Formats: sequence, structure tokens, C-alpha cells
Amino acid sequence: MTAMPTRLRRSSRDRVLVTPEGIALPVTVASRGARAGALMLDLVFIFLLILGSTMALFSIAGGASAFMREIESDTAAGHVLQFIFIVWIVVLFLFRNAYFLFFELGPRGATPGKRMAGIRIAARDGGRLSAEMVIARNLLRDVELFLPLVFLASAGVESGAAWLAATGWFLIFMLFPMFNRDGLRAGDIIAGSWVLERPRQKLEAAMSVARGAQTAVAAPHRKYHFEDAELAVYGEYELQALERVLRGKRDQSIESVYQTIAAKIGRNDGWNDERRFLEAYYTQLRARLEAGMRMGRRKADKFSDEG
Amino acid sequence: MTATLDAIESAALRSDRFRLEREADWKRLEAIVTRMEKGRIRGISDEDLLALPGLYRTVASSLSIARETSLDAATLAYLEALVQRAWFVVYGPRTSLWEWFRGFLGGGWSAAVRAIWVDILIAFVVMVAGTAVGWLLVSHDPEWYFALVPKQFGDARVPGASAEALKATIFGNSGQNGMSVFAAQLFSNNAQVSILAFALGFAFGVPSLLLLVHNMAVLGAMLWLYNGAGLTTDFAGWIAVHGTTEIFAILLAGAAGLHIGRSLAFPGRRPVLQATAQAGRRAALVMAGVVLMLVVAALLEGFARQLVDETAGRFAIGGSMLLIWLGYFFAFRGNDGHAASRDTSR
Repeated sequence: MTAMPTRLRRSSRDRVLVTPEGIALPVTVASRGARAGALMLDLVFIFLLILGSTMALFSIAGGASAFMREIESDTAAGHVLQFIFIVWIVVLFLFRNAYFLFFELGPRGATPGKRMAGIRIAARDGGRLSAEMVIARNLLRDVELFLPLVFLASAGVESGAAWLAATGWFLIFMLFPMFNRDGLRAGDIIAGSWVLERPRQKLEAAMSVARGAQTAVAAPHRKYHFEDAELAVYGEYELQALERVLRGKRDQSIESVYQTIAAKIGRNDGWNDERRFLEAYYTQLRARLEAGMRMGRRKADKFSDEG
Repeated sequence: MTATLDAIESAALRSDRFRLEREADWKRLEAIVTRMEKGRIRGISDEDLLALPGLYRTVASSLSIARETSLDAATLAYLEALVQRAWFVVYGPRTSLWEWFRGFLGGGWSAAVRAIWVDILIAFVVMVAGTAVGWLLVSHDPEWYFALVPKQFGDARVPGASAEALKATIFGNSGQNGMSVFAAQLFSNNAQVSILAFALGFAFGVPSLLLLVHNMAVLGAMLWLYNGAGLTTDFAGWIAVHGTTEIFAILLAGAAGLHIGRSLAFPGRRPVLQATAQAGRRAALVMAGVVLMLVVAALLEGFARQLVDETAGRFAIGGSMLLIWLGYFFAFRGNDGHAASRDTSR
């Protein structure tokens, strides 16, 4: 059985993931743009955190100039300053390495930047996202991003070869996600993780049920009944297209869809009542197709036979 | 024909009745998942938390049934999104950083180290070879010393230096100031080097090995220098204080990198990506430990080495550290990493 589910939106980034229960779930791989944006945001946050903690520590230390003088001295103040300096080095190390770890290990599986971009990490095999995966993918971030940047900054443009090497290194890892289907960076490959879009979907009222509720309050209206032959011309694809049109608010498209369907099945009794005509057609078409499904017959679209 | 008409008249299609019957469960799961996504786990009642796995399976089976019986695209899309969100929560990271850390110290780390023993052996051989290479190069041509050891202004440790000058670099620094700062810098630097050794495993492990060779060649060159001044034992003691921990940590980092490189190059019968991911997770555990070891090494280097100013004491510290590490990694079974290594063994 093909597990590819019926959905309206399709893109080249859609994948099917199989959960441990054996249920095929459609997922969407995060776009490279969203990931780049998330990374930028995170870097800005880290920079602000470092800046903030540095300023805080400096204000405790009582200014930079006094700092440099007193750290050499063997007084009690000197020892305090040494301690603050150690805290600073440790804090820098932690922000650089533990920021991603801390947030990605949370229930949201995303750093603040990723959350704003609407993406999160997950295990590629559909199983549990483990702490080791998060650690592995973030240790590699050091080599992919921070090291070449430091190297670049220290080499400078003047030192030809070293600068070229650093740029090459940086580009290889930065462009890595461009050269595989799922946008994996080196860290994702090592860890067995990938970055997915976070799904958001509200439960919309069922078309057929909503219609039923409307009819209860609505004034007397015409009833439409369609013959089997009139329903047999369309398949699941057209049904979903019709649902999309009915859920939309555009009367123009309802008008043109009504024209198409009415012409196809040779009816013209729905004038000035197009929406209700189409809703009735939708409900009866769905009833017919679902009855077929229960019998193991599916009709994909208007071109296919019922098999 | 009248039968179909009646079905329509009763307003709900069979698939809609299916939906109406189960909608309450879906809504409840959605409410729980939404709260967890917002990070408000404490606001969720125990009852809801206990119901979560069951609800997840219920909704997942609803999705399977709906796929076979319903053509309501909105319901299908909603269910797919809901099951995916619940899957993120149910199969998300179960442990907090702290809980993971406890499982890690309680056996997960040593289990991971034992699991890559082949790579440790290879890395060890490479490191010994690197030391020998450094020694041989410098003894052949002292000019090599400057190629290996980065030149520092005012450093007394150069070929041809007197024995006294060399001895002064090993002993008599106990009065030195700013040791703690020195230790913190050492740690930051060494941690970055070992993370590099690990991460370079990505290039089939070759750069990891080269990095090991280079680091150990520096040691070999310095060993030759002090040997020439008749200070071999004192130098060994000077290194041993922190070296048994630090060099061990670098060994593990190199081995972890090699482990990844090996599984990339020789995945065996598993798909490359799967093999690499397994190796990567195991190596990540080892690496988290390496960072810890480097903290210890930096403390030893910054404090113990300066405070203990004689060779025998230094050997005692270094030797006992080595014994502790070896015992922890290879004799200590702990809980066999009930939390930390469960996923790696999979």
C-alpha cells in the first residue's frame, strides 16, 4: 500500500517519516532559508548574551583600566578579579557550546531562533530524539562555523593562502546542506537528526457537517439530488479541489467552478444558489467516493477508472 | 437510490460520524501538546500526562482509519499535523540536561569509551609513533625543533639551552601569580583542540590522526630537549601531573573522531548514514567526557603542578589520576548507562 497521504499542499520538501507505531507521517523539511535565518538569530542572541555578561562582569570589576592594573597585583582585590576573569572565560565557553545544547534538549527541540523560524529538530529514523544526537550535532557546529570564523578573523585577507583555506573550509560546510536532498548539515549526518518544519493546523469544521447545521436554520431552500452517473465523472482530486474552493471566501471562483461542473454534468438548476448547489454536490460526491473506498475501490481523479 | 438519499438527509456522512465521535480525544491531545510546546509542563495535570501516550496512539490510529475511509481533506490534514506534533512530544528528548548528566556519569560514559576500544588502541599507537617521530626528527636535525614547537618570546626552552635554564622552567614556579586564570585559559584552549580532533573525524578520520601525530611530535621534541640536559625524569614528572589526564583526553577525542571516520569509510552492511549516525552518537558521549577531563587537567596543570614542586609528588598525582581514569573506564560498570547509552545501543 502506498502510504502517501492525501493533502492539498505539496512541495519538493515533503517527506514521509514512519513512526515506531508504523504510521507514515508526512513531514516537511525546513527550507535552507529558514535555517539560515534561525542561525543568524541565534548568533545575535549569543552575541547579546556574551556582551551582556561581559558588561555585567566588567561593572563588577570596576572598569577595564583598573582591571588590567590590579590583576597583576597580589592583593585581595586581585584575587577577586582573577576569579571574575575565570568566570568570564567559562561563561564564554558555555554560551558558545551549551546554548544550542540547552535549548535543543528541551521539549521544544529548538533554539529561540529556530522557534521564531518555525522549525525544530527531530530524529531521522522516526525514533526518539536522544541527548547524544543533540550533543553530536552541536559539537560539529564548532568545526563548521566557529573555528573557520576565528581562523578567518586571525588570518586576515593579507595572508593569501591561509585566508583562502579558511574561506574554503567555511564554504564547504556552509554549502553542505545544498548538496543533499534533506538539507542535512555535517552535524545532522553525524547525529542522525534533521530539521523539520513545525506543523500548525487548526481543525476546520467538516464541510458536510457545517452544511447540515446551516440547513437547520436556513429558510426553505431547493434540494439538489445528483444521479450516480452525474457523480461518477469526478474523483478524489476534484473533490479536494472543490473542498478548497468551498472553504475559500471567493465568490468568483465558486461561480466559475459551478459553471464548469454544471456544464460537465449537464445541469443548470443551481442559478443564484451556486454555493448550496456545490455543497450538495460535494457531500454527495464524497459519500459516493467514501462508499467506494470501503469497498476497496478508489478513483484518484476524473481520468482514472474505478478499480 | 432512496437509501443514499436518506444517508444525505441524516446530514452526517459515515466519515463525519467517525470524526464527531472522536473529536473530543483529538481536542484533548491538542490541548496537552500545545501546553507542552509552550514549555508549561508543570501546568499539566498528572492525569493528562499519563493519558498522553494512550491519546497519541488513539489519534494515530484515528489517522490510519481516516486515511482509509475519509476524504475530508481538512480532517486528514489536521490529524496528520496533530499526530506529528504529538510524536515530537512523545518521542522528544525525554531527559533534561541534568538527568542525562547523571546517567552519563553513572555508566554511560564508561560504556561508550569501552565501545570504541579499537579506535582507542589505534589512536594510542599513532600517538606513540608521533612522539617517536618528534624525537627522531629533532635528534636528527635540531632545526626541526623550531618547526614543531611554536616560538614564544623569552622562552628558555630552545636547543642548546643550559640545564639550569631548563630546570628553572620545570621547578620553582610556585610563587607565580595568576595561576587560576592560566588554568581557565588552558582549559578553553585544550577543549577547542580536542573538539577539533573529534570533528575532523568527519574527513574519514585522517586529520584527527594527523592532529594527534603533530601534538605528540611536539612532546617528543621537548622530551629530546630535556633528555639532552639529563632532566628526562623531571620532565616526565612535570608532564605527568596533568598529562595523564590531558593526553588521555586528547587520545579519547582522537579515537572518537577516528570512530566516526571509520564508520564513514567502512560502514559494513549498514547504510552509510545509519552507521555514521550510530558512531556519531557514541562518539558524542565520549566527547562530552573529554571536555570534563580537560577541566580536571587544567586544574591540575594550573594548581597542582605549581604547588607540588618535586618530581616524586608529581608522579604520585599523575599516576593516581591515570589509575582513576583507567579504573573508571574499564573496571567500573555502574548502571551501564541506563539513561545515556540506551539509545546508542539501539
